[in-house]
Amino acid sequence: MTTLASISRRTGTRFVSSLPALLGVVVFTFILMRVLPGDPAVFFASGPNAGKAEIEEVRRLMGLDQPLLYQLALYLRDIATGNLGRSLTTGQPVLADIQQRLPASLELTFTALVLALTLALPLGIAAALNPGKLVDHAVRFACTLGVCVPTFVSGLLLIYAFYYLLGWAPDPTGRLDIFAQAPPRITGFLLIDSLIARDGTTGLAAASQLILPAATMALFVLAPLARMTRASMLAVLGSDFIRTADAMGLSRARVVGVYALRNAMLPVLTIAGIVFSTMLGANVLVEKVFSWPGVASYALDALLASDYAPVQGFVLLMASIFVVVNLTIDVLYGIADPRIGIE
Amino acid sequence: MTTSTLNHVAYVLRGNLVTAAAAAGTALLIAVAILGPWITPYDPIASNVSIALQPPSFAHWAGTDQLGRDIASRIIAATRLDLLIAASAVSLSFVVGALIGSLCGYHGGRVDRWIGRVVDILMAFPLFVLAMAMVAALGNRVENIIYATALINLPFYIRFARAEVNVRRNLGWVEAARASGNSHFQVVTHFLLPNILPAMAVQISLNLGWAILNAAGLSFIGLGVQPPTPEWGIMVAEGARHITTGKWWLVAFPGLALMLAVLCFNLLGDGLRDILDPRMRT
Repeated sequence: MTTLASISRRTGTRFVSSLPALLGVVVFTFILMRVLPGDPAVFFASGPNAGKAEIEEVRRLMGLDQPLLYQLALYLRDIATGNLGRSLTTGQPVLADIQQRLPASLELTFTALVLALTLALPLGIAAALNPGKLVDHAVRFACTLGVCVPTFVSGLLLIYAFYYLLGWAPDPTGRLDIFAQAPPRITGFLLIDSLIARDGTTGLAAASQLILPAATMALFVLAPLARMTRASMLAVLGSDFIRTADAMGLSRARVVGVYALRNAMLPVLTIAGIVFSTMLGANVLVEKVFSWPGVASYALDALLASDYAPVQGFVLLMASIFVVVNLTIDVLYGIADPRIGIE
Repeated sequence: MTTSTLNHVAYVLRGNLVTAAAAAGTALLIAVAILGPWITPYDPIASNVSIALQPPSFAHWAGTDQLGRDIASRIIAATRLDLLIAASAVSLSFVVGALIGSLCGYHGGRVDRWIGRVVDILMAFPLFVLAMAMVAALGNRVENIIYATALINLPFYIRFARAEVNVRRNLGWVEAARASGNSHFQVVTHFLLPNILPAMAVQISLNLGWAILNAAGLSFIGLGVQPPTPEWGIMVAEGARHITTGKWWLVAFPGLALMLAVLCFNLLGDGLRDILDPRMRT
């Protein structure tokens, strides 16, 4: 009970202390978006021949004729009431657009993270069990290569290999083939939705679209995960309780797989959290290569069309996810290692 | 560099062929960047549509692109621009970051807390998106890619320098420097900064690779460098349209150049760490 209390207290303090950073992000984004070039009023007036009066009207409508501080205050009030503004390119409220597109990004990022972890954990453990041996060097080499290939290159080469050469993957655009019937939207995650609808064909189609972009991202984040697993496993394997467990005659598999791995997971957890939040923001490139209808490509399109509101909404969303992920990791840490709560 | 340092470098390079290869690769990259315009077999921006999209051959060993330009020439010509962007961005963030960070770490107090808070805010941003927004805000020019890349690197340098100075500021030799009449600013710039430089060199080398990836990523989505300027990221972006019809060489060769450049800097960074800090050797 005391552990639980201390975890929630810690979480509370962390949450409160992350609020100023969140506010800073909001203000900074606001300023950044206001210095963007191009007058959006001109852009969104009826056309290049729009009259002066019409442009003034649009500007008034968008609140661009007000003082900057007043605009900021209005913006903060809007955020507090859950109003992220309206995207001028799609004509939808930004919040609705983001809700529509976030599941696509989350599904991609989660799959990539799971894929990366299932690869990285065995590789890291194998390297830690044979330090300095061939396996160790091979893993290190693979990791070093992985971070050197930009995602937009590896993604395109994967398309070449699996779509053009082998013909295994479907046309690499979007989440679902245009002829396929999307499952009824419940969670927005196509894999889960088609599972709920018991629609195996759609599920398979969605999975086959998902696998290449997810693999592209997984390759890029493999290195930090595998390296951290290796380092953390090495440290744990050298500790006293492992020697004791060995001396007690426990099987090697049990010592490594249960005693060592459980204790080595904490730093890996931290890195996995960081990787998750950076991937969500950095998958602009992957989403662009695979025409993935996620939030990052939404923000990019808006940015190129000098449409402020979606970019602001996106950055705010990313910063919030960052805070939430950090908090979640804190809580998980407290559960996984009760000693942390006591200090 | 004293003889013993040189001996140590030679010893590490002999024992670590990977680092030696990385150093050689980096030297080669720099040579190509300098000699670029003189060693391209063809004009990198002269188009000739009659030989468009040809696969690698003896005449064009990396093939030609959709306008019939020689890809090998374009890759060679792009080296200078890509390295220049990365090097300027990293040196900018290094100089500014090391100075701010070490002054913070030395001085402490309220300024330190406020700068720490700003750094926290910067790091809560999705960094690539921040760079995208900055380039869009400042205008689609090469120097703005440099500023954007420098800005998103800055928090790491500030934190690093701050932490390194913070552990040193109460050591005997710092007090001695202060006692012998140096101003606070001089203590930081003449004593503390040189002392943390080796640790930062590793950071710089690793960062160069990251900066190259970042700049190429920005031009891949159409920000920064504009066509027809040869640049690795743009070349990949232009080739992306032809990948589903099997024209792999448009993407593979510029991608390979990117990969090799990043690989060299990363391996060199790891090697530098071995040379500068023998304790870290694993």
